[in-house]
Amino acid sequence: MIKNASTLQILISIYRRDMALAIRRQSDTTGAIFFFALVVSLFPLAIGPEIKLLQQIASGIIWVSALLSVTLSLSRLFNDDFQDGVLEQFALSVCPLELIALAKILAHWSYTGLILLLLSPILALQFNLSLQAIEVLMMTLLIGTPILSLIGSIGAALTIGLKSSGALISLLILPLLIPVLILGTLAVDAAGSNLPFSVYLYILLSLAVLASFFAPLACAAGLRIALD
Amino acid sequence: MVTQPSFEKSSDKPFNWFLFAAPSRFYFLVKKLIPVCWTLAIILGITGLVLGLLFAPTDAVQGDSYRIIFIHVPSAWMSMVLYVAMAFWGAIGLIFNARLAYRLSNSIAITGAIMTFIALWTGALWGKPTWGTWWVWDARLTSELILLFLYIGYLSLYNAIDDQRKALKASSLLAIIGVVNVPIIYFSVKWWNTLHQGASITLTKTSMDSKMLLAMLIMTFAFWAYAFAVVLTRVNLKTLEEESHTDWVQNELKQLGTPS
Repeated sequence: MIKNASTLQILISIYRRDMALAIRRQSDTTGAIFFFALVVSLFPLAIGPEIKLLQQIASGIIWVSALLSVTLSLSRLFNDDFQDGVLEQFALSVCPLELIALAKILAHWSYTGLILLLLSPILALQFNLSLQAIEVLMMTLLIGTPILSLIGSIGAALTIGLKSSGALISLLILPLLIPVLILGTLAVDAAGSNLPFSVYLYILLSLAVLASFFAPLACAAGLRIALD
Repeated sequence: MVTQPSFEKSSDKPFNWFLFAAPSRFYFLVKKLIPVCWTLAIILGITGLVLGLLFAPTDAVQGDSYRIIFIHVPSAWMSMVLYVAMAFWGAIGLIFNARLAYRLSNSIAITGAIMTFIALWTGALWGKPTWGTWWVWDARLTSELILLFLYIGYLSLYNAIDDQRKALKASSLLAIIGVVNVPIIYFSVKWWNTLHQGASITLTKTSMDSKMLLAMLIMTFAFWAYAFAVVLTRVNLKTLEEESHTDWVQNELKQLGTPS
């Protein structure tokens, strides 16, 4: 279709293709989002409506739900491409597989993490978080959700073609995502008690930088093993 | 063609590094080592336990309940060392595409998971009399728990993939990613600093009685010997299973008296 396309053009078209697929497969995409909102609202029902307690644990609830809903959406990241053979074409293309993985990860973040980020202030309001805490929550999600997609892509690559990959992906990547969870919630809690929180954001940011370099490499290595 | 099983085909590799990378040579080397490891493990284990349980003095603060340290600390050390060893051999396997390294890496996983479990279990038993609770969400306990999850993830991934070659490669990659993450996990978990007592052994000075320390070191070596014995036995069994098409394995199986 595209003759003599540059690497960047290929990557943009892969990104747009994945976004188009996500938009057309609405039930999957919105499913993960509603799952996020639903899990968040399950906690007050289980714990009780005491606003003070909920305020304390809001950051944890929102972060854990974000983690779960992102891992839920991961199993389709590469599986469809693997089934219809597109993934093999990716591996054969002139464009490095690492960059293709990065484009797909970016697309995955756009249709999961980004929407969770936009939805989070409304959910945070339900927990009576202060405006500053909500601001920080959104900042941690802005920095943290790309890490979820980046690390998650490795789990998705390693479990390609397996029948029950959903639970397995969670088992593989959730332990690796614990630092993101801890730093994200610590930052929000610190902001909620008017303590300095920027240090957590910086560490989270450095993790994001590290992950955006190393995760595509590991992901591509996983894809090559699956295609081997 | 192949008559003498073990010491064939030595000239096709330029370095001695790979001398024992041939499964047959490794098999016969390890076969000699396994009884040595078992003997060491048993002798050191008995010595360490007798010294630790009967001769080491009672702790001033914790009474006799501290004596679980002789199991707890060695297993906790082993759980971490074995994870690194597993990732290391997995990396060697991926880099050199060496079957034996994969096999070694994979054989370490179960022993590592068991060590982690023992460390957590004895930790809980120790926590009850000293802290009054089975479990505390403290940095070291939590990291150890996450380590157990990492081991379980590795084993589940290996078991989930049918194609054994792919399973070994994928799980090795996961082990490497895990080992890169372990320090990050450890330091992030350390942000909550709670009840766990500080490390009593540092490289320069220790706050322990010399008999306690000696018993613990002996127990540590016993655990090392045990881990070597079990892992190497597992590697050799896997070698026999996976290389059963070769002549030397058939000969070996005949000598062992197993119907092939």
